[in-house]
Amino acid sequence: MIYFDNSATTRPYPEVVETFAKVSVDFFGNPSSLHPGGKQAERLLVQTRERAASLLNVDFKEVLFTSGGTESNNLAIKGTAYQHRSRGRHLITSEAEHPSSYETFRQLEQEGFNVTYLPVNNKGIVSLDDVKQAVGHETVLVSLLHVNNELGSINPVEQIGNFLLNHPKVLFHVDHVQGVGKVPLHLKNAKVDFCSFSSHKFHGLKGTGLLYARAGTKLSPIFKGGSQEHQMRAGTENVAGATAMVKALRMTQDAAVKRTKELYRMSERLIEELKSIDGVYVNTPEERAPHIVNFSVPGLKPEVLVQSYGEKSMYVSTKSACSSKFAEPSRVLTACGFSYERAASGVRVSLSFENTNEEMSAFIDYTKEMIPSLLKVVNR
Amino acid sequence: MEPVYDHILIRYAELSLKGKNRSHFEKRLQHNIRTALRKFPEVKVKRSFGRMFVELHGEDVQGVSDILQHLFGIHSFSPALKTDNELDGIKAAALFAIKDALPDEEGTFKVSARRIDKSFPVRSQKLNYELGSHILQNTGDITVDVHIPDVEVKVEVRQEATYLTCKTVKGPGGLPIGTGGRVMLMLSGGIDSPVAGYQMLKRGVDLQAVHFHSPPFTNERALQKVKDLTKVLSRYAGTEITLHVVPFTEAQKKIHEAVPGEYEMTIMRRVMLRIAEKVAAKNKALALANGESLGQVASQTLDSMFTINEVTTMPVLRPLVAMDKLEVIDIAQKIDTYELSILPYEDCCTIFLPPQTKTKPNRTKANRFEGNLDIEALVEDAAERTYKQTLSSAEELDKEFEDLF
Repeated sequence: MIYFDNSATTRPYPEVVETFAKVSVDFFGNPSSLHPGGKQAERLLVQTRERAASLLNVDFKEVLFTSGGTESNNLAIKGTAYQHRSRGRHLITSEAEHPSSYETFRQLEQEGFNVTYLPVNNKGIVSLDDVKQAVGHETVLVSLLHVNNELGSINPVEQIGNFLLNHPKVLFHVDHVQGVGKVPLHLKNAKVDFCSFSSHKFHGLKGTGLLYARAGTKLSPIFKGGSQEHQMRAGTENVAGATAMVKALRMTQDAAVKRTKELYRMSERLIEELKSIDGVYVNTPEERAPHIVNFSVPGLKPEVLVQSYGEKSMYVSTKSACSSKFAEPSRVLTACGFSYERAASGVRVSLSFENTNEEMSAFIDYTKEMIPSLLKVVNR
Repeated sequence: MEPVYDHILIRYAELSLKGKNRSHFEKRLQHNIRTALRKFPEVKVKRSFGRMFVELHGEDVQGVSDILQHLFGIHSFSPALKTDNELDGIKAAALFAIKDALPDEEGTFKVSARRIDKSFPVRSQKLNYELGSHILQNTGDITVDVHIPDVEVKVEVRQEATYLTCKTVKGPGGLPIGTGGRVMLMLSGGIDSPVAGYQMLKRGVDLQAVHFHSPPFTNERALQKVKDLTKVLSRYAGTEITLHVVPFTEAQKKIHEAVPGEYEMTIMRRVMLRIAEKVAAKNKALALANGESLGQVASQTLDSMFTINEVTTMPVLRPLVAMDKLEVIDIAQKIDTYELSILPYEDCCTIFLPPQTKTKPNRTKANRFEGNLDIEALVEDAAERTYKQTLSSAEELDKEFEDLF
């Protein structure tokens, strides 16, 4: 199997699964229980939080464990909107967001919030000037992707964060789910208030995630109940999941130090080869994350490509996995201004540090053979 | 040559006042700096002319600075840039240094250049002018103030290279750890006692801690909290700290049975002090220290202190005695113990708290009530069963969890 769908999910590291199993069995106590079993689980959770904080260069109080990227995004966006609704009802995001943010904003709109969807350029990037123009007295939140999950383009979050310093009442949320381990983001330098992480995108387990919430910020909780996670996220903590996530984060950061350049070279090679094939358009911009390559073959339904690769046990995807079952053209590619044809035929190749050059060679060879032959059939 | 941080110049605090003992203090500081920086293998620590130099040899200047900032005995330090003796190179280095010192490009500066190497063609006054105008041309709202500048860019042109310093980072002052004697800190887990420990460390003592644990009346979490506080303190000690845990349940029960409520606290304190003294003596400590502050609670009135202190001849140091609660909280927040201290667990001072405690207990009555107890045996037994654990901030993780991450 050649697994090139790492932006949808990654294969968990065996060591991570081991940690999950060990914690589940050995430290299964409820961290809120008063007995020694509870104390031990709490202790582990405290250390997990400290470990996460040190990996992210933040304070342990700023780490909230959640169930994943979707929850982190919902908590940051709705939590801010509801918490500060008396201060203002204007929210800013972009047209190229992941559905877990985009649909949350749509829902908030129906509840009477006023949302500005910033345009993106043909590289999928929001401009600082547009942010500047959009911010007003009523604005309480700017929420943006760091690395676009379909294109791999990178928003200038550090510039935007620093601009927002002039507007201390506007909070800044960054969805860093695709960037972890691939495109570094220094949360403090970028003046981020909230940042979402999802464990299964970096070889952790599904159902675990993290929200960085800067000290001093407040969120209206979505889950009410116990006083877990600084009363911002009730529910018995998933200690095993959180510990496994932090291990995955540590391993991913280690791998990133050693292998990011190699990943860039691998995807660069793919882009060059794709450009040489007639009828293929590379959608991913030149300045990009190292692991995502998006291309279109207008005239060919992307499902056909996904299936053809699948026959050879090569796994790629169309748009975001969360919306790939719908046949409409990609909202993100449309937002970039690509034609209907091109936006409706995007295929995403997404890599991880586990992929090899041999896999890439096999993939390129097959692509060069398959696409022309498929195009021949349709164009007849 | 690109400008690089080559060494860090360290200025001593009170050490320079030590006359004939001075070199003893200096050597100890040098030793402590070496120990604290052991994770930077290339670093060298040298002494000369009443200063100390940390030679970086390529190690991370920020990482080293972060550690120096917390080492007692250091008054201040300045990272120094090294560049070659070319005017253009010096200009670039000066600009680099000022941008590092004033990252927002706002503020005032002056340049003070010296030529140790007189063969350098640009004379000092001219060099001041050249560097100053280069900085002015290439930065935002930075202006010159030759009288009280925010930043003084000091330039020394030497034979081998040119050195620039302009940022002065304050250290914590105090004396190097290990130059005072050994002190046994009574660590309860509240806000005060960790701060007292920090204040003692500041005077260079070799600190150990003693904690009274009363299971099942006090929670395991309370003991964990004290261990965590000890770890935080060990960060300032620059080395591990030994924590002695006294099993106090038996003694506390007996006191509770034998002593009238209003004297219970007083007697309990007297017993604790005796046990602490025993533990201290066994471990060669010459004094006890605690977090008492005058008038804060019933056990800390002058009458109380007078009555409680009767049972020991060992010095009881109270570094917080004249501080306000808010001052103590400020320090606790600064040294990262506050958040731990306010975790809400019972400690041995609160579990049998009687409805009323005497704020003016007297020695005669205290002695009379103690007559109902076999104090000697009680103290001996608790001291005998005391166990110890060494704790260090370097061990972030509990051993049992280590392999999970």
